[in-house]
Amino acid sequence: MLHYAALKIGRALFVIWAAFTITFLLLFVLPAEPVDLLFDPAELNTIPEDVRAQVAANYGFDKPLLLQYLDRLGHAAVGDFGTSVQSGRPVTQALLEVLPSTLILSVGALLLAVVIGFAIALLATATRRPWLRNLLESLPSAAVSVPVFMFGIVLLQVFSFGLGWFPSFGDGGWQSLVLPLVTLAIPVSGPIAQLLVRSFTGEMGAGYVVTSFAKGATRGQVIVGDVFRNASLPALTIAGITFGNLIAGSVITETVFARPGVGRLTQGAINTLDIPVVQGIVVFVAASFALINLIVDLIYPLLDPRLRASLAARTS
Amino acid sequence: MTVDITDPRAAEVIPAAHGLRPRRRIGIGARLTEALRQPVLVLAWLVVLTAAGWALFPWLFTSVSPYEGNPALSFSPPSSEHIFGTDRLGRDLFARSVYGAGTTLTATLLAVLIAFGAGTLVGLIAGYLGGAVDTVIMRVIDVLLSIPSLLLAMVIVSVLGYSTHNIAIAVGISAIASFARVMRSEVIVIVNRDYVRAAYGLGVGRLGVVLRHILPNSLSSVVALAALEIGTSILAVASLGFLGYGAPPPEPEWGLLVAEGRDYLAVYPWISILPGIALALVVIATHRISTSFRKEHRR
Repeated sequence: MLHYAALKIGRALFVIWAAFTITFLLLFVLPAEPVDLLFDPAELNTIPEDVRAQVAANYGFDKPLLLQYLDRLGHAAVGDFGTSVQSGRPVTQALLEVLPSTLILSVGALLLAVVIGFAIALLATATRRPWLRNLLESLPSAAVSVPVFMFGIVLLQVFSFGLGWFPSFGDGGWQSLVLPLVTLAIPVSGPIAQLLVRSFTGEMGAGYVVTSFAKGATRGQVIVGDVFRNASLPALTIAGITFGNLIAGSVITETVFARPGVGRLTQGAINTLDIPVVQGIVVFVAASFALINLIVDLIYPLLDPRLRASLAARTS
Repeated sequence: MTVDITDPRAAEVIPAAHGLRPRRRIGIGARLTEALRQPVLVLAWLVVLTAAGWALFPWLFTSVSPYEGNPALSFSPPSSEHIFGTDRLGRDLFARSVYGAGTTLTATLLAVLIAFGAGTLVGLIAGYLGGAVDTVIMRVIDVLLSIPSLLLAMVIVSVLGYSTHNIAIAVGISAIASFARVMRSEVIVIVNRDYVRAAYGLGVGRLGVVLRHILPNSLSSVVALAALEIGTSILAVASLGFLGYGAPPPEPEWGLLVAEGRDYLAVYPWISILPGIALALVVIATHRISTSFRKEHRR
């Protein structure tokens, strides 16, 4: 078990380091003149040579690449990704400032998505009407097929401009959170619901379920008492994918609803080619992804005795 | 590893190695009746074929220019003359949606081709060579998979510059990792099959074995993934267009069309919503079709 944990932790650390290296290659090495990216392309030709050289020196672009890399890596290791080109503020500070807003949005959307996923899976398993089952099973694939911005725009149109129930933008009070939450939750719930439907259907055919039926349990009792726990566990395996969906979705959702957050920060940084901010965000996201997968890898054996047994057999 | 003869998959693949792919022969009539039993699937094909028609021959579907508008008719709601209504400059939104299909779907196709081609090649190399090469490639793929593909595509677009072509390249590159992973896991199984060893035994060279035996037999899963990826790529291309990283404004592109109507959502909702619905329908249809492919593949 200890060996297993060490291996997983090593992999997570590797992913974070490699994400840093890949973004360094993409953003600092690939562009012929990375310093040019710091200026507005329209004004690039009017900028005097000495100003360019000075800016390049400021950001360390005049030093050899390897030195730049080691310098940035050393700072990144202690959470320092340099300063934003646009605002001049430390990248980490800018990120931490908008993080709570995105965290509230994503955690809320995740909870809602899990509820939707379970509701669809439970209903699809419980019903005996084939048409209802088919309808429920086709919902998740529809949820991932409709672009996130369309959900946002339709919800805005109906509930904000049409019915006037919720404000259309901003970040004030719980009312302004409802529409972004739903917008983000629907696409995130799709994969979760798909996996749960498959898992519930699989477990319904298991031997212990047949036994329960034989002993006189009703369909509802079987689902709640026997199937629910066993069939829910696999949902943890797509935690990483879910996290990715939340991040990608929050970029779009925050844009549609003009909410401050990591997604808006990302979009702004890309628009203005604020390289240090872009790198900071990508490494932060990759690190969060690695951490989530690490946690799932470590707690899954604790939750599922079967996996624990097979791990013990393999590592001993 | 020895191949278990009772393994049904082995029995299924062996004839294919000799180029005698077993194929159920079904008459056209039987196929049609089978198809009509699934009206949703027929509908999905109609949607996809219509979108392909829009992309290939836009002038057959609309005689109006997507660029020139009549300012006197700006913001007119959907009517028999302008079925999607008109926008701020009085341009016909149906014409813009029809011509937009070409921009969006070409970019999608390019993205899927890049992801499929590069992913298959990388997966084939990793799975066939194994050892250190495989380890290095797989670790890099792990890292690429740990960055959400939309974010990765945004970073790549920012380096390449804004245009629909670059969006296609970025979306394609960000999907390479998943193709490579699927391809590698298929190749690893095929490499140890008896017919591959038999081919070596008969004196076929390494390249010959890879091209004649391993590649054709390991492609089916990546092809299924490519079908699924079409829908995902349309979404990614449109999302990046929506965020403003694609074609510059006069150009019609589905994501951009939706974005252009955002400011007028409260008063003139059709500008965003009708092109958006067209986009959503096409993605839903491609997903439905790729699911039917996967079911057929499993049978």
